[in-house]
Amino acid sequence: MSKEEVKIDDVVGHDDEYKYGFVTDIDTEIIPPGLSEEVVRLISKKKGEPEWMLDFRLKAYRYWLTLPVPRWAHLDIPEIDFQAISYYAAPTKKEGPKSLDEVDPELLKTFDRLGIPLEEQKALSGMAVDAVMDSVSVKTTHRTLLAEKGIIFCSISEAIKEYPDLVKKYLGSVVSYRDNFYAALNSAVFSDGSFVYIPKGVRCPMELSTYFRINASGTGQFERTLIVADDDAYVSYLEGCTAPSRDENQLHAAIVEIVVENRAEVKYSTVQNWYAGDKEGRGGVYNFVTKRGLCRGDFSKLSWTQVETGSAITWKYPSCVLAGEGSVGEFYSVAVTKNRQQADTGTKMIHTGKNSRSTIVSKGISAGHSQNSYRGLVKVAPNAEGVRNYTQCDSLLLGSNCGAHTFPYIDVMNDSAVVEHEATTSKISEEQLFYCNQRGIPTEEAVGLIVNGYAKEVMNKLPMEFAVEAQRLLSLTLEGSVG
Amino acid sequence: MNPLKQYLDLYRENRETIEQSSTPVLNALRTNALTVLEKEGSRLPGKCDEGYEKTAVDEMFAPDYGVNINGVKLPVDPSLTFKCDVPSVSTLLALVVGDTFIPTRTLLNNLPAGVTVTSLADASRTMPETVEKFLGKIANEDEAGVALNSLLVRDGLMVHVAEGVKAEKPIQIVNIFNTPVPTMAVRRVLVVAEENSSVKLLFCDHTQRDDTDYLDSQVIEVAVEAGAEVDICDIEESSPRTHRFSQLFTKQGNDSKLKVTGVTLVNGETRNNFTVKVEGNGCDTRLDGMAIGKASQSIDNRTYLLHASDHCSSNQLFKYVLDDSSRGAFEGLIEVAKGARFNEAYQSNRNILASKAARMHTKPQLLIYNDDVKCSHGATTGQLDERAIFYMQQRGIPQNEARTMLMQAFMVDIIEKVSIEGLSDRLRHLVERRFRGEDALCGDCSASCTPVTKKDNL
Amino acid sequence: MSEQLLKVNNLHASIDGKEILKGINLTINRGEVHAIMGPNGSGKSTLSSVLAGDPRFTVTEGSVDFHGMDLLSLNPEDRSHEGLFLSFQYPVEIPGVSMVNFMRAAVNAKRKYFNQPALTAGEFLKMMRVKREVVELDNKLASRSVNEGFSGGEKKRNEIFQMAVLEPCLSILDETDSGLDIDALRVVAGGVNKLKTPENSAIVITHYQRLLDYIKPDFVHVLYKGRIVKTGGPELALELEERGYDWIKQEIGEGE
Repeated sequence: MSKEEVKIDDVVGHDDEYKYGFVTDIDTEIIPPGLSEEVVRLISKKKGEPEWMLDFRLKAYRYWLTLPVPRWAHLDIPEIDFQAISYYAAPTKKEGPKSLDEVDPELLKTFDRLGIPLEEQKALSGMAVDAVMDSVSVKTTHRTLLAEKGIIFCSISEAIKEYPDLVKKYLGSVVSYRDNFYAALNSAVFSDGSFVYIPKGVRCPMELSTYFRINASGTGQFERTLIVADDDAYVSYLEGCTAPSRDENQLHAAIVEIVVENRAEVKYSTVQNWYAGDKEGRGGVYNFVTKRGLCRGDFSKLSWTQVETGSAITWKYPSCVLAGEGSVGEFYSVAVTKNRQQADTGTKMIHTGKNSRSTIVSKGISAGHSQNSYRGLVKVAPNAEGVRNYTQCDSLLLGSNCGAHTFPYIDVMNDSAVVEHEATTSKISEEQLFYCNQRGIPTEEAVGLIVNGYAKEVMNKLPMEFAVEAQRLLSLTLEGSVG
Repeated sequence: MNPLKQYLDLYRENRETIEQSSTPVLNALRTNALTVLEKEGSRLPGKCDEGYEKTAVDEMFAPDYGVNINGVKLPVDPSLTFKCDVPSVSTLLALVVGDTFIPTRTLLNNLPAGVTVTSLADASRTMPETVEKFLGKIANEDEAGVALNSLLVRDGLMVHVAEGVKAEKPIQIVNIFNTPVPTMAVRRVLVVAEENSSVKLLFCDHTQRDDTDYLDSQVIEVAVEAGAEVDICDIEESSPRTHRFSQLFTKQGNDSKLKVTGVTLVNGETRNNFTVKVEGNGCDTRLDGMAIGKASQSIDNRTYLLHASDHCSSNQLFKYVLDDSSRGAFEGLIEVAKGARFNEAYQSNRNILASKAARMHTKPQLLIYNDDVKCSHGATTGQLDERAIFYMQQRGIPQNEARTMLMQAFMVDIIEKVSIEGLSDRLRHLVERRFRGEDALCGDCSASCTPVTKKDNL
Repeated sequence: MSEQLLKVNNLHASIDGKEILKGINLTINRGEVHAIMGPNGSGKSTLSSVLAGDPRFTVTEGSVDFHGMDLLSLNPEDRSHEGLFLSFQYPVEIPGVSMVNFMRAAVNAKRKYFNQPALTAGEFLKMMRVKREVVELDNKLASRSVNEGFSGGEKKRNEIFQMAVLEPCLSILDETDSGLDIDALRVVAGGVNKLKTPENSAIVITHYQRLLDYIKPDFVHVLYKGRIVKTGGPELALELEERGYDWIKQEIGEGE
């Protein structure tokens, strides 16, 4: 065994600090743990929802009861007691905050500490933020500016009340409550999330961003995001998330639905940094998410970019249904696992539209005792002529106790399709490490450099505002674990 | 209804007959098999089972096939009508009709010392320790598909190569279906290459009539002991009404070499499982497959290649050309076990869809639990190169001809990897005829392969 | 002697709905060599592809007479049998198809077209040997897959070798000089000249004068924006070499 290897293993053992692991001391209203029809009604009532929304929730809840817990992923998921989770937690407040004065200063401080200032004057220019703590949206910035363009950016709770027609039209149209176990659960109990509507022909002038924060203990977060880009619209949307370090496991089961109309384009970027648990795998967030976009319009485009560094267990496949002629789906992913983390992530590209194209680039990095899987589906429907897909998924192994796995499913039902899949798995190159060493770069740092280079293709796809943050996060994550 | 039931009933009703017409070594497998199959919820894999999405093995076994449990001599002597289709290949030939082993004179007269090719029943009388040591030890007897084979198997084939013996001439085994009623053949094959030995095997599956349904259920176990070399080529030229569920299991000792090539030229519905476990250090494994689908043929290959040791390399290449409304499926899993170091494993699946209605399903997978690896897999599904077709047309080659040439060229790298002398040429010819739409049956063969009857043999 | 071989009349062609050829008129008599020059993107390669019947292009207007036949009504292989040969600018690699099989298929398809019996293996190999000498093509190449792993020069030599085998009456050399060093250029041009007879003709598409030093054209045409805008003798090529294309653009009222 070479010296470098020993070093890597040593480094992998490190327990890094998770700088977002603090807890905000704030009065929080938490409903007692447990899930029943009563709880679903209570959530709906607390949110002052109309009848149709309650019906939607109840239907989903009843369907959820009939489903078994999914077990197909390459994950070792401990039994989750769904009755031990509280399904609603909200920082106490009078009404939904309209002006900043009404927002609890403790909350503002929390988001400040997370690097998300919510005061308009301090707010990041070029980025509008919806901040969600536990079950409710705390504050959405830059709303007036966006409203001038006809863009709706608000919490989904508000949207249900203020834009019921839009919500009714699109909610559940991409991810039905019957889609899967966690989608049904989310549809029954979802608390808050963001709603975005970009009207015809409008290019959203700034990045829209939602920041999710789990704060209360013993709760789960079930947010719901709905993004609609009407004909010829464009929006770039970012999502970030953190949670306190706790010994318990917290459940996060979100749904993101995106509808892309004719010639519209949506870029959805995620930097997922939920608490990952400690070195021994105690605590951390279970991140079971259903994200899907429907490229309904001709020549529409949806691009997913994700940097996954957090969560104890990740189960997530941001997907594109490419129904429009000439529609384009993209998926760029970097997933880093270390310690005892497990990730089963990838994408689905469902080609039903003629001449639709998709590109998948997935970079997995496993360290410590973690397990990192890519799972992807490329499907070409019988009537989809001229489909092109290119998939590349690479795995990098750091240390001999981790695992990297690849499960692509390729179904081609049309003879005019060209579908290509390439995957490689290898350890970090010893030649590259030695080269760096020879130039005086210590192994730790060299590993960081090489991994960053390896992930660059994906990192480059992130919007500027996020790229810096993501790069920092990646090297921070790896600093603790490799270098 | 669970199709297992009819076979369990058959077994229970005829237990004595089956056991009497078989041998103690084979009978010994049945106890475990029965336990496995009688277990609550035991069933053959179907479309809901992971890995069997495209071939419902349970449905394959559902029809009421006749099983020759009594070892009745079959009404037609197929050896009289059979002529070998590989005349340019010089082999030692044996026939297996259903599950009955019939050697030819050439085989009996020319088998080198140390090489045994005989029926499994014979072998379990003449070399019981060897058979016992390997039979049922390489295959996963806890899988329903294998257990069913063990439960009903009456006889089969044994190939044994003694330590240090190099069998120069390839041994050819021709499996034949030729009965007037729907029949299921329960076949068991055991190949043992002792240390530092080498052997080449050619299996040919033939169905001689296309008006009857057949089901071919076979389990092949291959032991490649330390330093040994085994080369297996398995060619299926059956009929549109032949169903095949073939399960190959291999294990490899230190520094051994194994090469398996599976070829599907004519068939109905085929599912081949290749379970290759590399347990010795320094092994080399090559696993190739080729499938040509026409009409409503269905070809489904599944490979599981386990690297559980150090310094091994494996290569897999599977190619499909699918025409008409044929269906192809390939699922390949490479696993590098924890602690298995310095392994290189490559897998590639390339497919051409030549018609609107053809379908291809591909699932290459990697499960890697160690960082000292170099692994890759690739899969492509596409069409013939239109630029190449135009280039050929410009030189005067008619479009159809150009397409045929390109399809054939697509298969060349697999054909050329076949190491049995003369077989590459023969395969090239068969593939060409297949692409030209002339089904490759043995009409033009002039070789004489006169078998001896069972009686002569004894 | 000046028997007409090819007459292109008002030829329009497009690809993916974009018109590239906008009314080509060109007459070539037996025994003549025509050079077609022009800036990048003017449609030179499109013209050769359309004449050979490349399915990517659609002919929208016009006609082509090829020694009395309606060229555009023939499929690509019959155009080849009738004596039209295209030396590709980028010869296609065909993995798995050996040069020998490829050429035998081509030769015998042509023989079949003219109701001649297929060549025996011996006859065929003998012909290959003779023709190979024309372009000094290495014997080794014959056993390799078509163009696979050939160097740029080998690919172009291989094109001329195939031309020698198929004995066309009209050869279109599409930028045969591109990517060739001076020695390879001499060999390739030498091959073309050896194959020259008073009965056959050639269209030489090139950017540079240097190929025309070896293959002497009788006529030089300038193709620009899908039309032949100027025709002259060999001296036109020299002038283009010296002055570029801008003066021609000016002449047709397009100069900047």
